[in-house]
Amino acid sequence: MAQAERGTFRVKSGLAEMLKGGVIMDVTNAEQARIAEEAGAVAVMALERVPADIRAAGGVARMADPKKIKEIMDAVTIPVMAKCRIGHFVEAQILEALGVDYVDESEVLTPADPENHIDKWQFKVPFVCGARDLPEACRRIAEGAAMIRTKGEAGTGNVVEAVRHMRLMNRQIREVVGASEEELVQLSKQWGAPLEVLRLIKQEGRLPVVNFAAGGIATPADAALMMQLGCDGVFVGSGIFKSEDPERRARAIVEAVTYYNDPQKLAEISEDLGEPMKGLEISELAPEELLQTRGH
Amino acid sequence: MGHRVGVLALQGDFREHLAVLRRLDVPAQEVRTAKDLEAVDALILPGGESTTIARLMAKSGLDRGIKERGREGMPLYGTCAGLILLAKELLEDRPQPLELLDVTVDRNAYGRQVDSFEADIEIRDLGEFHAVFIRAPKVTRSGPAVEVLAEHDGAPVLVRQGNVLASSFHPELTDDTRIHEFFLSFLEKS
Repeated sequence: MAQAERGTFRVKSGLAEMLKGGVIMDVTNAEQARIAEEAGAVAVMALERVPADIRAAGGVARMADPKKIKEIMDAVTIPVMAKCRIGHFVEAQILEALGVDYVDESEVLTPADPENHIDKWQFKVPFVCGARDLPEACRRIAEGAAMIRTKGEAGTGNVVEAVRHMRLMNRQIREVVGASEEELVQLSKQWGAPLEVLRLIKQEGRLPVVNFAAGGIATPADAALMMQLGCDGVFVGSGIFKSEDPERRARAIVEAVTYYNDPQKLAEISEDLGEPMKGLEISELAPEELLQTRGH
Repeated sequence: MGHRVGVLALQGDFREHLAVLRRLDVPAQEVRTAKDLEAVDALILPGGESTTIARLMAKSGLDRGIKERGREGMPLYGTCAGLILLAKELLEDRPQPLELLDVTVDRNAYGRQVDSFEADIEIRDLGEFHAVFIRAPKVTRSGPAVEVLAEHDGAPVLVRQGNVLASSFHPELTDDTRIHEFFLSFLEKS
């Protein structure tokens, strides 16, 4: 008795279950982390720069300096996540060694491997990965991701891509649920989605792991929109600390995720928050400026 | 039996608790407002982030409501974050707990996520139970009125004080409904 097992898939996906109905906020220093925790964030994402600034800076975006991540871990008691580049398993090893609570293998950073994502089964630390559609989510889950987030288009303050990805995923889940076993085999081939994950989805009627929305959420209404579309919680990147009054906006988005189905309350929550982040029109971005197409 | 069980649905894994209650065929509902609380005869405080849930409880006035109903004898069951919220005292200065259970709790004392674990524990009267601990809080002191129903590594992990039950692990993440059934038995006596 009392033999403890660590790093099992159940404890990895279990932490994501505990984050549900919550907001995960991008922060770049200890002060922002404390503001996020105080506002009711369920976790923070420790970063060198928020996506909007990564976009503006250009060049290669990499894992944050461990010193910065440690500073943020020391500042708060809530879980701390950090990003590594797609396929960069050594950055992931470093983040695991630092003791972060979740690793985000993220398209917001410059990919390190054009073909392979990280084999996430090799780690005790859980991973969250982005996906634009169900097949991509299935591939990540088969590689060991314990949590999915729809990619949206990070650093734009424009929710349109997040909505597109969530709607597509919902449509494809319905397709899987309605498919016969033969059709599932065909879908698996057509989509390049592992059959065993599709079977799990058919059985449960939903993704087998928690799915948050990300990429472009800037207002309480955006957050509630994603919740009503069926996601389990939201990531807010640039939307908070690129707005006029981050503290109030952060608190408001937290409340909007709890009361997402109550328009009366959402009206109160949305009032007088100051200017949101400016935002970008997606069609004005060049194809190579899109972050969502990184990874496959 | 006509009793209605609420699950605090401000943040966390409240859907898993509701699913267990549905499996046990118990009328259940989400509790997000003080008004919702009036409609229920027992309340489960789920796992989640205790700082987030505490903030939303204070904002909605549910903290006062739950405290009052708890003192009047309404059955309460807290898992993980729920245990933190029910405690009398925390080692950290945040969040503000409800002080309904005479224990002192050290949040995340078992370490960070890489230290989260599963283990078999022995529960008094129920027997062996497979328990999932996620960034779990540790009970570092329990008062004389508190019954320790299970321990792991020398620390209490399932405790009861009258109408209040709390665990540092998550039975709602497994298929085992025995702890929920035990909690529901409090209703027959209340």
